[in-house]
Amino acid sequence: MAATELPSAANVEPVVRLRGVSKRFDERLAVDGVDLDVPPGSCFGLLGPNGAGKTTTLRMVYGVTRPTEGEIRVFGLDVARDPRSVRARLGVTLQENSLLEALSPEDNLRIFGRYHLIGASELESRVGELMDFLELRSHAGVAVRHLSGGYQRRLSIAMSLLNRPELLILDEPTTGLDPAVRQALWARVRELQQGGTTVLLTTHYMDEAERLCDRVAVFADGRVESEGSPAELVARHLAAETLEIDCDKETERGLLGPAHEVRRIRAGNRLMIYVDDAAPLLERVHRLLDGNPRPVVRPTNLEDVFLALTGTRIGEADQ
Amino acid sequence: MTLSLPHAVSVWRRAASMYARTWKLNLLPNFFEPVFYLMAIGVGVGAYIDQMGGMSYVEFLAPGLICVAAMNGASFEVTYNIYVRLSFEKAYDAMLTTPLQPEDVLAGELLWAVTRASIYGGIFFLVVAAYGLAPMPSALLALPVVPLTGLLFAMIGVTFTLRVPTIDFFSFYFTLFLTPLFLFSDVFFPIEERLGGGWLLVAEALPLLHPVRLARSCFSGDLGWIALWDLAYVLGVSAALFGWARRAIVARLTS
Repeated sequence: MAATELPSAANVEPVVRLRGVSKRFDERLAVDGVDLDVPPGSCFGLLGPNGAGKTTTLRMVYGVTRPTEGEIRVFGLDVARDPRSVRARLGVTLQENSLLEALSPEDNLRIFGRYHLIGASELESRVGELMDFLELRSHAGVAVRHLSGGYQRRLSIAMSLLNRPELLILDEPTTGLDPAVRQALWARVRELQQGGTTVLLTTHYMDEAERLCDRVAVFADGRVESEGSPAELVARHLAAETLEIDCDKETERGLLGPAHEVRRIRAGNRLMIYVDDAAPLLERVHRLLDGNPRPVVRPTNLEDVFLALTGTRIGEADQ
Repeated sequence: MTLSLPHAVSVWRRAASMYARTWKLNLLPNFFEPVFYLMAIGVGVGAYIDQMGGMSYVEFLAPGLICVAAMNGASFEVTYNIYVRLSFEKAYDAMLTTPLQPEDVLAGELLWAVTRASIYGGIFFLVVAAYGLAPMPSALLALPVVPLTGLLFAMIGVTFTLRVPTIDFFSFYFTLFLTPLFLFSDVFFPIEERLGGGWLLVAEALPLLHPVRLARSCFSGDLGWIALWDLAYVLGVSAALFGWARRAIVARLTS
């Protein structure tokens, strides 16, 4: 988790503020009554399965999709009324890269910078800065089509930084990238955040969210199911420790007895049990099952919360 | 939202940068195409024709072919190229994350199509002039007709492009729309000598007829009232289609 001190939400105007925002596409309600506040300087993550409304929400924030209902303010401005001024101050990295593949990274940056009407000499210095910042120098003269996925992604992010945005929007920034590239990009995002940039991102990777985000909102079916810091969500919905074990449903009943209020998630034969202190349960497992199969005890993480909020709720379904 | 010219120019510069990379390769066919036409049809077929419209056949042909070159230059840009940027490259989605508005994108692309048409038509004009087929100075009046032809066909093409469901439909556009225009718009024979009363009025609806007639009257230095009608047609149809295309691109890129 990022170690930045957040200003208390009460007295600072949020960079992004959604109130009662809904979006209907014909018959489908893609976003359903969402309220969000993204505090300045924070990294805010939108989590949720595919089709949960994350990308539509982002598109409404930068003003290319109009909400059917509700109000969106970015930097305190009404996006619907003032899209040019809002977009001048934010940068967006789309889910899919959109690059001129025949051109070099530098030429791609120059062409994109002109959309912001950045003057020639200023543009040159910003292009140079970003080539360094995203470590693209070694590939400066190479046509983009010959770059690896990781370098193309770096370039896409560089393009969204040309106007030195106060708000950086990243739609699945590291999907499909190898671990080293992901680490490198996370480091850049943290640096930007330390420099005061507010970050709003979507991701499917809970490790990414846990590492980068001060706050997350979990989306399901167009609604925000829960919102808070990763640690708050763990405390609110599950418990601090997780005991994982392979067992069938009968053994499960034997283990937990009548304690049906204990939160647990089953994925196939794998059972995850969430408790504040796993020691007594671990002892019980050892006593009843003689250490076979071998249980694992670990801290509960955002992935567990994600499954609990968006997946099947075994604990309730069983009753 | 109003249109911003500087933003539209930034979109124009994107296309121009792509073109600049390969401009030598691009110019070469532009240069040879008119030479082939003038040789084969103007000089070759023309040898069997005493006169057409009161002049030698190759002289009759030249101004019309300049307009055809402009029509083709604009049409390729606003059909295949815009479709690819819209549907495959998602270039416009990326542009709309910046202060650019859909109107700026449309205007920038149209401006580029007119530029491309002017390059095509302009080179054709140079070749025609080098052949001594452009009577000076009156033929110079035909130069503004080149970008106007580009504008008209950029507007018609983009209107089609914003409507088509798949890229396969462009072959219809070229074969069933542009080719008949090319053949039946006064380029190869004077249409008013071949058609009777009612049909002549129908022919007035054909978009290519108007720039061709304008260019030819500029060449002959014989600009009558009908030139005003031709100019009004080109500007009026372009303006009407711009309004339609503007709504279509806003609907397409934002939702």
